[in-house]
Amino acid sequence: MTAPLPPVIVGAGPAGIRAAERLVAAGLRPVVIDEAARWGGQIYRQPPDGGFTRPKKALYGFEVGKADAVHRAMAAIRDRVDYRPRTLAWNCEAGAIDLLCEGVSATLPFSHLILATGATDRVLPFPGWTLPGVFTLGGSQVALKFQGCAVGRRVAFLGTGPLLYLVAYQYLKAGVELAGVFDTTPFVVQARATAGMLRDPATLAKGLLFVAMLRAHGVPVRNGIRPVRAAGTERVEALVWHDAGGREHRTPCDAVAFGLGLRSETQLADLAGCRFRFDAADRAWLPERDAAGRSSVAGVYLAGDGSGIAGADAAELAGERVALALLEDLGEVVDAARMRELDRRLSGIAAFRRTLDAAFPFPDDWADSIADDTMICRCEGVTAGVLRDVARNGQARELNRAKALTRTGMGRCQGRMCGATTAELLSRALGTGPDGVGRLRAQPPIKPLPIATVIPSPRGEEGSAGREVA
Amino acid sequence: MRERIDCDVAIVGGGIVGGSAALFLRQAGLSVTLLERDWCGAKASGVNFGGVRRQGRPLEQLPLSQRAHAIWGRLPELLGTDVEYIRSGHLKLARSDADLDSLVAYRERTGGFGLGLEIIAGEEFRQRWPALGDRAVGGSLCPEDGHANPRLVSPAFARAAAALGADVREQTPVDRVEKDGDRFVLLAGDALEVRARFLLNTAGAWSLRVAEAFGETVPLESLHPNMAVTEPLPRFLDVNIGVEGGGVYGRQVPRGNMVVGGGRGFALDADRARPQRHAVMTLMQDAAELFPQLRHAHVIRCWTGVEGYTPDRNPVIGPSRTTPGLFHAFGFSGAGFQIGPGVGQTLAELVTTGTTAMPLEPFRIDRFPPIA
Ligand SMILES: Cc1cc2nc3c(=O)[nH]c(=O)nc-3n(C[C@H](O)[C@H](O)[C@H](O)COP(=O)(O)OP(=O)(O)OC[C@H]3O[C@@H](n4cnc5c(N)ncnc54)[C@H](O)[C@@H]3O)c2cc1C
Ligand SMILES: Cc1cc2nc3c(=O)[nH]c(=O)nc-3n(C[C@H](O)[C@H](O)[C@H](O)COP(=O)(O)OP(=O)(O)OC[C@H]3O[C@@H](n4cnc5c(N)ncnc54)[C@H](O)[C@@H]3O)c2cc1C
Repeated sequence: MTAPLPPVIVGAGPAGIRAAERLVAAGLRPVVIDEAARWGGQIYRQPPDGGFTRPKKALYGFEVGKADAVHRAMAAIRDRVDYRPRTLAWNCEAGAIDLLCEGVSATLPFSHLILATGATDRVLPFPGWTLPGVFTLGGSQVALKFQGCAVGRRVAFLGTGPLLYLVAYQYLKAGVELAGVFDTTPFVVQARATAGMLRDPATLAKGLLFVAMLRAHGVPVRNGIRPVRAAGTERVEALVWHDAGGREHRTPCDAVAFGLGLRSETQLADLAGCRFRFDAADRAWLPERDAAGRSSVAGVYLAGDGSGIAGADAAELAGERVALALLEDLGEVVDAARMRELDRRLSGIAAFRRTLDAAFPFPDDWADSIADDTMICRCEGVTAGVLRDVARNGQARELNRAKALTRTGMGRCQGRMCGATTAELLSRALGTGPDGVGRLRAQPPIKPLPIATVIPSPRGEEGSAGREVA
Repeated sequence: MRERIDCDVAIVGGGIVGGSAALFLRQAGLSVTLLERDWCGAKASGVNFGGVRRQGRPLEQLPLSQRAHAIWGRLPELLGTDVEYIRSGHLKLARSDADLDSLVAYRERTGGFGLGLEIIAGEEFRQRWPALGDRAVGGSLCPEDGHANPRLVSPAFARAAAALGADVREQTPVDRVEKDGDRFVLLAGDALEVRARFLLNTAGAWSLRVAEAFGETVPLESLHPNMAVTEPLPRFLDVNIGVEGGGVYGRQVPRGNMVVGGGRGFALDADRARPQRHAVMTLMQDAAELFPQLRHAHVIRCWTGVEGYTPDRNPVIGPSRTTPGLFHAFGFSGAGFQIGPGVGQTLAELVTTGTTAMPLEPFRIDRFPPIA
């Protein structure tokens, strides 16, 4: 078999690692690009090398076996991949991606590209969220896994979704005092969805166990709440919330960890030219892919949370599946039974995912609950009121227009953080569904690029093109 | 059911040219329908560098450019909103004595236009712009040139026109134009039919589609100037900077971000373009060379736009040579933002009076040899 160029994988999380493993098994030597210093991705993120003593069991809890397996899988193929850690893929043009590693930029041509770029927290503001001491769930988990520290001494957990209970539980295990778990989902909704979760008894059992453990340790677990604000002057001093009956409560704490799910990291797919479609489950525009992970662009493949939130187990399966698709496209004979098996398990997870969504529904009145003076885009200081204004006076009926007029998403994050919020707010103000306001177009660079980046490309290539005067 | 609109003037394209024409036509009391495929000001007019500069333009553009200058001066009153327009001065740098000579020569040639150009060199130059270090031997300052925020300016023109009663239809691509007797007929799919006595072709890089429907053409190509912007930085630059001979240009916006431009992007398709990697790198390097303050800054976004360029880099402005009642204004070749409102006003004048004092000869549509 001949691949014109080595396949390139962006992302060394569960998806990227399993994809690499499969390609290596077929005799290829893929390039694996990852921004992080060590492989593992978000969930199986490894602490920095050296001097870090918390055992894996403490870091990954129930998932220690999986974490270890994924880490080992990569270690086993380490010599047979061109692994490039601490390397950001900051741009993609047809047939090549641009990399930045230690201040040096390089262009890497590809014929086959697997994007396994994963996800980050979906940040949905509430009053006071910019106070020091307020963290995302993911952020607080990273602090625990990566830095070995908690975000506070007495932490309130807020939001909804399985991660809420998981991270709370991890904090409990780490010996941190919990002010409470405040779930926006009403208890009845969760109870009703529990039946569906029997599809995956292990996960259900874990979920129930988390809740049971939290309660057993006297941690208040409240359902159907609405956040009012994170209160405090210098930093968070309390979480103020409404219970299901609308009564206000004030829970003292020195940190809040909050999250309403994850958002896929899709910029590279966008720059690669992939077609997007709105995904109702993720409330987001995602790159289109077939069941095997082929995107709408020949030679570009998608796997893992970067193309739709499905969790770590799905990411592993999808990584392997997409590698098989790639091999198939190269003309390789692949194990059809294995492909069917992977497809079957992936669709099982997808079905379970629907149940989880039912158990932890997105609070779609969220956008109504925030006051006009709540900061939506913190880079540019854009408030909810400003966005509502451009929506209501008819000037902005879609996201890119709102960005142009208000500067939301124009700062360092370029909408990666505030984009989801802006979409929620704008669509609510306009009375459309979240799919009704379009999506922010990605522009390079994916993350801020130091100007000092060494430039290896020959100068003057653009010739007279550089002589424009504006 | 197809909606039908009858009006005096139909305009294809809601960029700064079409938007300002609509505004001035409404001020003159004509009924106007403006058809915009995307959102008004979403294309070149809304994504450009934001340079509002007369300095450096070919002489034949200066009368229009001066006319535009007067309009820019009363922008808040015209548009009823702040569009971050600042008469910061436009400083064109000379990196060599030869470049300085050519700036001096430009000042001589344009003496009659009242641009007020000041040549500043040597010690005085270094004292006035220490931030530019020793990057240049001197420069030419046009004190009343400056910059504005194109994202705000260009949609505001169409909005102001609408506020005066223009029928502005966004998300409405015109896919057929023809003339039926003394009326132009414009079709936007099955939804809309517009009939008008006059037709303005201000469709930017896509204007040939309209011109060709009336048997006219020009060698127009689409090009894509590369732009980049840094994170906000401490204020170090108040003037809009260009360089004699071209290359990089830059301005610092009130928020502190530095916007720089240079080189070209590439087309994704007929409607969209993307910055080009090598041009972006070259731009970053050139910018850091010119503005040492950028050496430790980060670029947070690059972008480009789609703009029509002619071989002589002058626009096509004026009456059609085949079809009475049709007026063109396109092909601004990367420099239509400043001049745009002056062009809009001139188009309105042509429609209402049939004539203009602006010398439009250099911009005739038939100035290029016929394309085989
Ligand atoms: C903070 C956080 C905590 C989570 N905790 C849990 C949990 O406890 N349990 C659970 O089941 N799920 C959890 N999830 C979800 C879980 O992380 C994912 O389901 C799983 O990691 C997906 O694997 P992946 O391979 O698709 O992506 P990831 O594991 O996210 O890996 C993607 C990798 O790509 C890299 N990358 C992305 N873009 C670029 C780029 N442009 N250039 C270079 N590298 C790039 C990233 O650095 C990352 O290493 C969490 C998610 C987040 C964001
Ligand atoms: C990146 C960049 C930087 C620039 N920098 C500067 C600068 O600093 N200073 C300066 O003076 N100039 C600059 N320019 C040039 C300036 O932006 C343009 O010359 C000017 O905006 C042209 O305005 P316009 O109204 O003719 O075109 P556009 O703004 O392109 O408007 C044309 C409109 O017509 C619409 N349209 C096209 N076809 C149809 C159809 N069939 N039906 C309906 N609508 C249609 C389009 O959607 C578009 O909105 C720059 C240009 C670019 C791209």
